[in-house]
Amino acid sequence: MITKKITRLNNKTRESLNKTLNELYNTQNMLKTFPKGGVHPPENKLSADKRIETLEIPKQVTIPLHQNLGAPSKVLVKKKDKVKVGQIIAEAGGFVSSNIHASVSGTVLKIDEITDTTGYKKMAVVINVEGDEWEESIDRSEAIVSEIKLTPEEIVKKTAEMGIVGLGGATFPTQVKLSIPKGQSCEFLIINGVECEPYLTSDHRLMLEHGKELIIGTQILMKALNVNKAYIGIENNKPDAIEYLTELVSNTNNTIEIVALKVQYPQGGEKQLIKAITGREVPSGGLPIHVGVVVQNVGTTYAVYEAVQKNKPLFERIVTVTGKSLSSTGNYKVRIGTSVDLLIEKAGGLPSDSGKVINGGPMMGKALKITDVPVTKGTSGILILKNDEAKRERIMPCIKCSKCISVCPQGLEPYFLMNLADKKMWEDAEKQHNMDCIECGSCSYICPSARPLLDYIRYGKQNVGALIRSRMKR
Amino acid sequence: MDNKLIVSQSPHLHAKDNVRKIMLAVIIALLPSLVLSFYFYGIGALVVTLFAVFFAVFFEWIFVKVFLKKEPTIWDGSAALTGLLLAFNVPSNLPVWIIIIGAFVAIGVGKMSFGGLGQNPFNPALVGRVFLLISFPVQMTSWPLAGSSRFVNWHFFPHDPQALVDGFTGATSLGVMKEGLKNGDAMAGIMDKIPTHMQMFYGQMGGSLGEISALLLILGGIFLLYRKIITWHIPGSIILTTVVFSGILWLINPQSYADPLFHLLTGGLMLGAIYMATDYSSSPMSNTGKIIFGIGIALLTIIIRNWGAYPEGVSFAILIMNAFVPLIDRQFKPKLFGKVEKSKQS
Repeated sequence: MITKKITRLNNKTRESLNKTLNELYNTQNMLKTFPKGGVHPPENKLSADKRIETLEIPKQVTIPLHQNLGAPSKVLVKKKDKVKVGQIIAEAGGFVSSNIHASVSGTVLKIDEITDTTGYKKMAVVINVEGDEWEESIDRSEAIVSEIKLTPEEIVKKTAEMGIVGLGGATFPTQVKLSIPKGQSCEFLIINGVECEPYLTSDHRLMLEHGKELIIGTQILMKALNVNKAYIGIENNKPDAIEYLTELVSNTNNTIEIVALKVQYPQGGEKQLIKAITGREVPSGGLPIHVGVVVQNVGTTYAVYEAVQKNKPLFERIVTVTGKSLSSTGNYKVRIGTSVDLLIEKAGGLPSDSGKVINGGPMMGKALKITDVPVTKGTSGILILKNDEAKRERIMPCIKCSKCISVCPQGLEPYFLMNLADKKMWEDAEKQHNMDCIECGSCSYICPSARPLLDYIRYGKQNVGALIRSRMKR
Repeated sequence: MDNKLIVSQSPHLHAKDNVRKIMLAVIIALLPSLVLSFYFYGIGALVVTLFAVFFAVFFEWIFVKVFLKKEPTIWDGSAALTGLLLAFNVPSNLPVWIIIIGAFVAIGVGKMSFGGLGQNPFNPALVGRVFLLISFPVQMTSWPLAGSSRFVNWHFFPHDPQALVDGFTGATSLGVMKEGLKNGDAMAGIMDKIPTHMQMFYGQMGGSLGEISALLLILGGIFLLYRKIITWHIPGSIILTTVVFSGILWLINPQSYADPLFHLLTGGLMLGAIYMATDYSSSPMSNTGKIIFGIGIALLTIIIRNWGAYPEGVSFAILIMNAFVPLIDRQFKPKLFGKVEKSKQS
């Protein structure tokens, strides 16, 4: 009992010492970061030293037909069809949409409505697993292929064909991002290895265990975008990844540069990352390409490598399973469509004091209503919070401390937007740039009165968005 | 199990700070100054502080319970802080009935009549203080001399104000200066009559019980900056503007204007700059706004001190600038991310 306490105390002191040292290191080296706002929640990267394990194939998978930002995909299989691993089962349902592939081999049991991670009912293909038979076209060897044979156009086509989407969480179809609109040009590629969300470690492990593939993936993306310079941004709390990748890029003639960044949430936000690395500011309402930059997540870059060099569609991804109350945390390579329940079981089951199960990180992830939902392309982590961690604090009146303003990375006034949303003054909310909110949640996190600022700002975004759309129709 | 899960929007984490902790931290930052005032003014300072804090909390409780009929709000600590700040702004020999009136005005008029926590446009403690200053000018400006009155307790007896003045009290440095200048004395002569700058820095001077030691107030301020409860913008701009403005006047005519350091160390300037002007709900929200607010306070303070009827003007300056806060908030917004670039493009 006492020894336990002492070790805990020891860990605590070590943690705080590390934190202070880190901060000292940060300030001394004047590491890059975005200039305005941001918070620094406890990092809690519990699973940072757990190697990526391959999760056993489940007996059944449920593959939702809408896993990307944009239009849902159109199903290509029917009940009782036999499918192989990597076989296309749904095709892109529009320009901003993506293909979906079978993650297992077996028989289609049904195509039915299920509840997905968002809590909404969606159509999904349910497959009963029989063996593990892969499409012959997929190169399953361990060998790393470094020669890039495809032309830029072929690379973009390949990412579309293989159903690659942004794996950082936004699930934006990659081929759309790689197709530079006419009149725009891309100067820099930024690979996002920031992983600023507390708890999550899947990108960190990927950089450590698949660094070589990651660099080739970066070169593929550079070829597709026709740029000569790429930056890989990594926060300074992953010194091992920074060191390893810096070593790997030493022979790339400085075309790929590793940038160590000061730990600051939400550095992984596209606009903040671009500002931190290049000093350029994406215009309000604009896209990264407007300042000549394309940003891709490390997970996506790895998927691009596998798609282009190994002909492997996106049917599995790395998921962090973590939480203070879990008996074991870890990073798993999981087939899309695997139930979250299985992942939790792998971590020793859901503790009885669990209050929240979150799909993603604690700052931007979505709380799950039920745990029997499938892992999708956008599932970067499953985080379990204890009851007392999950409960929101009592809401107090706004004391106008202006902390929400000082942490807002977008330069907004969250307290004011909340008041406007409360009074349903949508025109005014629009003038106060409600739509510029990136929903990072720094305001709600910092508010000493525990006011649900972001909830109201989201409400404002919906209504201001509707207002703008109705104006465009007229 | 499943239906027991909590579902709410992100973020799912919350920082450890809350209103109570913030109020408590400000109170902690004020403690060193409080202890020093006990040392200099003895039991008087203790009585004033206890009464001010107790009655501020009491009136808040009464207002919430009887008039608003809501849950009690006294545990958030804001009423106690208001009481403490009120005590810091009055002489340590103030009769208790005056303190009770001050606490009533501060909480009742200054805070609860506008809707309570976070709603007050003016600093409640200063509303109370200025009300007392105007209503009871003699009692409010009879400052006991530091160290001379430790065990004298006149709070509970109805007293003759004249006796106060004759006994152990004297004017503040600012009062001495104002009086001297009015009589046509030279600045050098006036400076001989008042404590040295060093004495003022650590607090050996007459004044309200919490405003005397610039040193301890600055220490508390550093603590608040470290805890990120205040930002440098308001105190920084007040102190800098005071130095610049009073410095210019001093350079023009050192015979009729005191030096900048004197202005910084006397009166309630440090207390005002670090603890009163930074009151959340009565100060601007954006950083630019905070700087404008601070500059205004410093300018008004020096103007009142040099040319006004009262020797000290920090309280008035803060209250006047409080009135401008809604305008400042409207005019000075934080810089929107990506705003400049867009205007360049279009």
